[in-house]
Amino acid sequence: MMKSFRGGVHPNDRKSYTANKPIETAPLPNKAIIPVRQHIGAPCSPIVAKGDLVKKGQLIATTDAFVSGNVHASISGKVIDVGEYPHPGLGTCLAIVIENDGQDEWAEGIPLKRDWQSLDADSINKIIREAGIVGMGGATFPTHVKMTVPKDKTAEAFILNAAECEPYLTADHRLMLEESARIVTGVKIAMKALGVTKGYVGIEDNKPDAIEVMKKAFEGTGVEVMGLPTKYPQGAEKMLIKVITGKEVPSGGLPMDVGVVVQNVGTAIAISDAVTQGIPLIQRVTTISGKAIKEPKNILVRVGTTFREAIDFCGGFASTPEKILSGGPMMGMAEPHIDLPIIKGVSGILALAEGESNTGKQSPCIRCGRCLNACPMGLNPSMFSLLGEKNLFEEAVEDFSLLDCVECGSCVYACPAKRNIVQYVKYSKAQNAAKKAAKK
Amino acid sequence: MAEVKSNKELFNVSVSPHIRSEESVSKIMWTVNLTLAPAALFGVYHFGLNALMIILLGIVSAVFFEWAVEKIRKKPITIKDGSAFLTGLLLAMCLPPTLPAWMAIVGSFIAIVVAKHAMGGIGSNIFNPAHIGRAALMVSWPVAMTTWSKMTTSVPDVVSSATPLNILKQQGYDALISTFGSASNMYQAMFLGNRSGSIGETCTVLLVLGGLFLIYKKYINWQVPVVMIGTVGILTWIFGPAGFLTGDPLFHMMAGGLIIGAFFMATDMVTIPITIKGQIIFAFGAGVLTTLIRLKGGYPEGVCYAILLMNCLTPLIDRFCQPKKFGVRG
Repeated sequence: MMKSFRGGVHPNDRKSYTANKPIETAPLPNKAIIPVRQHIGAPCSPIVAKGDLVKKGQLIATTDAFVSGNVHASISGKVIDVGEYPHPGLGTCLAIVIENDGQDEWAEGIPLKRDWQSLDADSINKIIREAGIVGMGGATFPTHVKMTVPKDKTAEAFILNAAECEPYLTADHRLMLEESARIVTGVKIAMKALGVTKGYVGIEDNKPDAIEVMKKAFEGTGVEVMGLPTKYPQGAEKMLIKVITGKEVPSGGLPMDVGVVVQNVGTAIAISDAVTQGIPLIQRVTTISGKAIKEPKNILVRVGTTFREAIDFCGGFASTPEKILSGGPMMGMAEPHIDLPIIKGVSGILALAEGESNTGKQSPCIRCGRCLNACPMGLNPSMFSLLGEKNLFEEAVEDFSLLDCVECGSCVYACPAKRNIVQYVKYSKAQNAAKKAAKK
Repeated sequence: MAEVKSNKELFNVSVSPHIRSEESVSKIMWTVNLTLAPAALFGVYHFGLNALMIILLGIVSAVFFEWAVEKIRKKPITIKDGSAFLTGLLLAMCLPPTLPAWMAIVGSFIAIVVAKHAMGGIGSNIFNPAHIGRAALMVSWPVAMTTWSKMTTSVPDVVSSATPLNILKQQGYDALISTFGSASNMYQAMFLGNRSGSIGETCTVLLVLGGLFLIYKKYINWQVPVVMIGTVGILTWIFGPAGFLTGDPLFHMMAGGLIIGAFFMATDMVTIPITIKGQIIFAFGAGVLTTLIRLKGGYPEGVCYAILLMNCLTPLIDRFCQPKKFGVRG
């Protein structure tokens, strides 16, 4: 009997569109739109100006703040604008626009050859920080922050999050099949930086080929590759840790509270590239899929390429999409248009055709309890929508632990009344924070 | 500078998630209607045309009142979701087959207008609407509500038109057995529905099959009927007519409205606690109250009032039975 976590849902994984498509390299954009905020934390400030010539991998925006992620040029060329541009997560954001000179030239000193075995934890974390690596599963939390073990805590285990539990997305799946060596290196480096000897790779068992390849790749490293039950949200950090180690991250706490650090497949590869070759994070693999895409693909694409260019590379639209998503359908964000840059956290671009998203009209809660059964966090989501509807934010926080909600969307998926529970959760959290701030 | 595109192709935006299960309120409601249909049809076959009239009037008037109230309240018309249909059907199934059929309309009015919409409509009602409708008729026309007909399909031995629980209350257990000829005859009649009673409550086997289907579809939790029926069985066995442990649990579990109540009323998601733990408490309480009314109360049957009384406690039970949060020890 495989271990599992409580709750969760079983959406159709719809991965067959792209699961067997090898990663293709997308053409370079004519101009790259590179936002200074592609991460959780402090924004970076541009250190280049209009008219400057930049090279691939050159640092173009940075900050002294610890919780932040450096931004690098993803192509070589001329900076033609520094200004507000559309952003897939923030509406608009300050961005540096580089016009492609067609040379695709590396900045000085990149790539290099570095023996990671001789590096200590601090220097590894410094390299990761300089390379601007953030969580590439979509959360975009700066990786070096996660990798820095606080003085009062000890890391005991590293987990590679290869669950890829969001429907449609297959980028991590393909990377495991095609880039296993870099993944192994990335994991080894991360384990060295953390000073841990225990390592795990968690893969949902709907990817048996990836489990096999990873088992072979990690042979002899002491890292355990585990097939996990296919159940959304298996890839949520807390669920993954629970299933693999049996430990529950305390309410309000972080994985480090149970001595665990979790990193995504794409992040491991970025760590490997940065540490062994000095290459900063300027590209990623993302899945372009959905019924409204003519030829769904997994593509390797430079940061700053637009959604439009990526979709065009996949043959354009097969039909008029009803929704465009950045990320997966469970936690991804709906985008109003496709003239948006692909940033570090865009794990997928989905074009959902009419009827594919099955949203339905919200009707009153009938208290059926499906949301409680679906909630992996053991909460009562029905109350979030009922209280949110009546603007009772404090009650939701105090009496029903609103802040424990991870917004995975399992409740909404299960709800027969089609209630927009996550919307009420986000709204209530924001209102509650505003209220708290006003009190201070 | 700001190059915010205002191109023509703007797509729908909404908060995640962007996919949902196929489950819907109307799917649930119509499935429940469907699982009740065999027992209702058996009632028509068993009791005759007036039963059919009651069922039809109950359903049609319930749907009409739903439509009318929603029209007046300027709310979206939801008669297609099957919930008003279900209330009308459940109410009719809990009425005696000889009742003047027009009274079903009054019952539907109370159920839909007072018990459901005056409380705020679907999802907001505290009490099971069908049971409120039945209770209102019970206090308004107590004689009509307790007059039982001869059945069209009565077995030769069954002479009385009184319900088995009535006979038990008024004449005792021995008289009950002799009415059916033997204990095994009685169990068989109770199982197959060959007895007097409300239109849709008599056929144990069809009701249980319908309930099992709902359990299989995960529309109801098996714990509710099991705990409620089990509680009645155990308590009636313990507190038997001839003293300790002399009761007839099998009879009590199949008698009156317990089967339909436990599978279809005590599982009405709107009016029962939301967690399984709470639902078990609810079912246990309903079982205790049913037994108390049957054995000690003035009425022969207590399922309707037991469930209504437990409905009152639902918010309180919910308060103490929240799910266990992830990441909290103990």
